[in-house]
Amino acid sequence: MEKLPTTSESIPTDGLFRRSSWSRFVESQIQNVMLLCASLSILTTVGIVFVLLNESVYNVTGGTAFFQEISPWKFLTGTKWHWDSGDFGVWPLLTSTLQVALIGGLVSIPLGLASAVYLSEYATPRTRRIIKPTLELLAGIPTVVYGYFALIFITPYVLRPLFGLVGLEVGVFNGLSAGIVVGIMIIPMVASLSEDAIRAVPQSLREAAYALGSNRFDVSARVVVPAAFSGIMAACLLAISRAIGETMAVVIAGGQNTSGLSVNPLREVFTMTSYIVNVSSSDVEAGSLEYKSLYAVALTLFCMTLTMNILSQWIMRRFRETYQ
Amino acid sequence: MTNPLLGGAKRRGVWFEYACLLATWSALFFLAVLLLVILWQGTSHLSWEFLTSFDDRITPEKAGMLAGLWGSFWLMILTILFAVPVGVGAAIYLEEYSADSRLARIIQVNLSNLAGVPSIVYGILGLTVFVRTFGIFSKGALVERLVGHHVEGLYFAFGLHIPLPLKTTVISGALTLSLLVLPVIIVATQEALRSVPPSIRHASLALGATRWQTIWRQVLPASLPGIITGIILSLSRAIGETAPLIMVGAATFLRATPGDIETPAQMLTNPQGVMNAPFDEYTAMPIMVYNWAKQAQRAYQDIASAGIIVLVVVLLAMNGLAIFIRNRSQQHLRW
Repeated sequence: MEKLPTTSESIPTDGLFRRSSWSRFVESQIQNVMLLCASLSILTTVGIVFVLLNESVYNVTGGTAFFQEISPWKFLTGTKWHWDSGDFGVWPLLTSTLQVALIGGLVSIPLGLASAVYLSEYATPRTRRIIKPTLELLAGIPTVVYGYFALIFITPYVLRPLFGLVGLEVGVFNGLSAGIVVGIMIIPMVASLSEDAIRAVPQSLREAAYALGSNRFDVSARVVVPAAFSGIMAACLLAISRAIGETMAVVIAGGQNTSGLSVNPLREVFTMTSYIVNVSSSDVEAGSLEYKSLYAVALTLFCMTLTMNILSQWIMRRFRETYQ
Repeated sequence: MTNPLLGGAKRRGVWFEYACLLATWSALFFLAVLLLVILWQGTSHLSWEFLTSFDDRITPEKAGMLAGLWGSFWLMILTILFAVPVGVGAAIYLEEYSADSRLARIIQVNLSNLAGVPSIVYGILGLTVFVRTFGIFSKGALVERLVGHHVEGLYFAFGLHIPLPLKTTVISGALTLSLLVLPVIIVATQEALRSVPPSIRHASLALGATRWQTIWRQVLPASLPGIITGIILSLSRAIGETAPLIMVGAATFLRATPGDIETPAQMLTNPQGVMNAPFDEYTAMPIMVYNWAKQAQRAYQDIASAGIIVLVVVLLAMNGLAIFIRNRSQQHLRW
């Protein structure tokens, strides 16, 4: 850099000439290092996709992939999952997963949405300041704790007496208890995402409704919630996606039903996630068909959750009501 | 009531308010019941011995959490070492360097997608990449053909041995957890960086500081409390993660700690152990809870409660620390 004219020698001028080619070089290298850090997140995604495809669709690191041995058609339409006899039909796992996710959704969406409405429309700021972090605690508790709680408390002390009244038997491991705890653990997520959406509705809309003579119920249920509907939908989708991917609660409380297709939530279920955990904790040899089936199941799981996440982002963008 | 219609509307409004209130309280009620049941079952098993002894297969009364405590400790230390520099670096790039470039937008979308990936899928990634490294180090596979002989690991001075592939060691688990918490750390750091007003950057740049000097000396110190809070909260998520650790082979039953370091004092007196710990087998607190919970014996299930109490206390301590740091910084910083 050209030497700048200085008026007085007493002014420290070294700051002005610091940008030598060396420090420029260092600056640009620092930027590159930061870029590298940021690209690691892309690398992670690429890694996940590569690993799943490599073992399940087409293997490039030596060996054959799952779908090179089992036809994808059989995998996607089969209704039996018995690895010892070579039956790899994903439907039993899929119905179990959807069953748990559905119960989870039925628990978390009404409760989460109602909490969001309460926190944003009814609660005083002080109540809100206390309740919100406490509610967030539900999301912070490890999922293994929920599974344990479902197994030792919900099934024997809540579900058994309840269903005993109508003469129904509840298994030690059942999909219902797993679904309930999964639902409860995602309440904070539904609540906080819905609350964000509800808070984004401008105050003027509420004021206009009040001015027209509406009461709080009308404002909340007929003005605010419909106006925030896209955000609430997105929250629900994300919640279901979380429930689909939930593992430990289902592994502990849901058991592992290997008898085939089952839609009875009072019996054992065998979700995709608990299949993955069970295979990996048994002594399965790397490269065996059973080991590779783990990747095919994980790929199915990944595709389902990714689709729901993308769908929820799309809904947020596409159907967002914009206000001036 | 002059208008009979208004009475119905009012009643409906009251009902609705109570329904919303009930929903909120039922979630909190559930939390209370959960904590009470676990306290009820577990407190009798909590003792100093529970924290300082190993697991026991035969007598549940003697089972302790020592291995899990140290395993989780090492996992967290290594996760901090991997995930924090990378996460903060990535956030700095996204917030400070890339001015809404195409690449930055792609990374941003990618981050929100990564946050939605089930943790077990990260476990599969870790299993394949870190634990087995696609099997390229196994006998007769790629590496042996390239190098000419079987590679079992890298040997360094002072007896440091890094196994290749990393197998079921602490470092595999920590790398997997790092990938898992990275999106969370990046997003939290981005928020902290965004809370620093642009005028601080402008002032620094106007005084002749370079971009990096501005970041290092002005932006980072100002956003540090926010960053630390985000890091602690993301770690408190990582410490309870079970599924990915099962995938990458954390031991369900282990009567040893990583590097055989069993007391904090040994961290100083046993440097060799500290060096070996990342490459040792391990178990973790949530894994031990899982293992106890699925035992058929009732006594082990009570032990699981005691384990959960320890885990939840650690979690609450971490959350409390994060809240403390956040509140403290809010008192001190004024722009």
